[in-house]
Amino acid sequence: MSATTSGDRKPLRISAWRTVGRLSIHAVLITASIGMLYPLLWMLSASFKPQNEIFSTVSLLPSTWSIEPYIRGWNALGVSFTQFYWNTLVIAVLSIVGNLISCSLAAFAFSRLKFRGRDFWFAIMLGTMMLPYHVTLIPQYVLFLKLGWVGTNLPLVVPKFFAVDAFFIFLMVQFFRGIPKELDEAAMMDGCTPWRIYWRIMLPLSMPVLATAAIFTFIWTWDDFFGPLIYLSDINTYTVQLGLRSFVDASGDTEWNSMFAMSVLSLVPVFVFFLLFQRLLIEGIATTGMKR
Amino acid sequence: MSAAMTAKPSPAGGLVKRGRLWRGVRASSPGYAFLAPWLLGFFCLTLGPALVSLYLSFTNFDVLQPPTWIGTGNYTRLLSGDPKAVASIRVTLLFVIFSVPLKLVFALLVALALNRGIRGLPVYRAIFYLPSLLGGSVAIAILWRQLFASNGLVNLMLEPFGIVGPSWVSNPNYSLTTLVVLAIWQFGSPMIVFLAGLRQVPQDMYEAASIDGASKFRQFYKITLPLLTPVIFFNFVVQTIEAFKAFTPAFIISGGTGGPVNSTLFYTLYVYQEAFSFFRMGYASALAWLLLIGIAFWTAFSFLTSRFWVHYDD
Repeated sequence: MSATTSGDRKPLRISAWRTVGRLSIHAVLITASIGMLYPLLWMLSASFKPQNEIFSTVSLLPSTWSIEPYIRGWNALGVSFTQFYWNTLVIAVLSIVGNLISCSLAAFAFSRLKFRGRDFWFAIMLGTMMLPYHVTLIPQYVLFLKLGWVGTNLPLVVPKFFAVDAFFIFLMVQFFRGIPKELDEAAMMDGCTPWRIYWRIMLPLSMPVLATAAIFTFIWTWDDFFGPLIYLSDINTYTVQLGLRSFVDASGDTEWNSMFAMSVLSLVPVFVFFLLFQRLLIEGIATTGMKR
Repeated sequence: MSAAMTAKPSPAGGLVKRGRLWRGVRASSPGYAFLAPWLLGFFCLTLGPALVSLYLSFTNFDVLQPPTWIGTGNYTRLLSGDPKAVASIRVTLLFVIFSVPLKLVFALLVALALNRGIRGLPVYRAIFYLPSLLGGSVAIAILWRQLFASNGLVNLMLEPFGIVGPSWVSNPNYSLTTLVVLAIWQFGSPMIVFLAGLRQVPQDMYEAASIDGASKFRQFYKITLPLLTPVIFFNFVVQTIEAFKAFTPAFIISGGTGGPVNSTLFYTLYVYQEAFSFFRMGYASALAWLLLIGIAFWTAFSFLTSRFWVHYDD
């Protein structure tokens, strides 16, 4: 109102309001951030707390910091978590290799080669992304049972070499399409075979998308619970997630602090990948809208 | 190049036709060579198993004995009211109906707040995204079990206010709610998709609108929201499919039972129980196919109705 009488005051008022608006948005966002992170921080602190303190205080600071829950948890199951970490790492690394090879081959075919039925197969490939895994689960299990693979990590790893994760094909196709076609057309003119174009031109130029696919494969295999639950039965072959689950079953509600200690450790690899490769992860999600 | 060669008109009959076919095969062969791993995987690990499970859904099958044909027996048992199947369908639908819209609303609101050229955007974005990266793991399910236990963190926090909270996870009235909260906590990945979508909205539209005197709310309602509908639709489809597949949290929190009183018996969990606890593989296959049909109908329905509310800019 006063702005009509003295015109020079108006911009100042508006900017003051803007500052208040900005600050209140920050206040809301900071509160929300704390609310989001509180459970995680609380779990971290609980993993250092004495058992009786977990259920008696909301505080993030233990009265005494103890590393003992970690030591006890690590060996609580007879087989130590070292074995579970090793098993998971083997599965994750093999899955990364399988996904990168098979998905990039398929993506190269879909984005760069001309062949009969290409659009048809591409549509089918997209369709498989919508297929709920329950439908293929039982016959796959029977197949792997017949092959004698149940109880080993082969059912978790071998399918990755056959590009079953259509998401990554799609992600790579999107990336390959952004690489100038002139490059491989020129190479084709010079008599380059498709294989050489794939290996010498496309792959070296596609490091960002290959890295993204590798990171997502790692995180998903690390977190996978359903697959190992079905296929692994011997505790010596367990993954970290299965180990954690047996811990819950074995200790029930008695050893929360060491259970949290092992839970925290199981999140560490994913968290480290998140810190290191946040930009790639966020870009990967923004371009394909992937689930996690 | 090779396409131009095959398209050339050929002078004479059968021989040339065979030549053209041969050239076609030769032109296509590198494509199929590169596609071979995927094709093998598609036939042996996807299409083949899907058809086999369709067959198994009409049989009794316990893995040890060969399957015996029982016609539509599994389906009649399923549709004439297997109480656990009914319960699991109900639980899953409730979960989808509550978790997906709430998750998307949170994701959109936070994305809008972050999209105003705010300082510290990368930090906020990282914090909000972190839960959706960790949320599917067993560790977080264990944490949730403690947070909502009778003497867990949530009830400890309610204590000063004089509220004595129930044991959320073991009370059938609340157990599903805790899983919905867990799903909403993971709003980070749709938020990132929304942020990417918001960045595509041309800024000059807002300038033009504010010159014409449109309020902020009107600008949101008339510009942002319509231009964002493709992204909303995309997020909606992806998150719905994800919600249908949820398994780990329900399994860990209920100890694999889907309890208390089937209140967290997700459809996936029921399929797992039938197949791998009771080895009723035929019935489990019928359950899987019912889910496939349900999802197919739902997706088709979503795409058909999307014509009426999704705004495409061409």
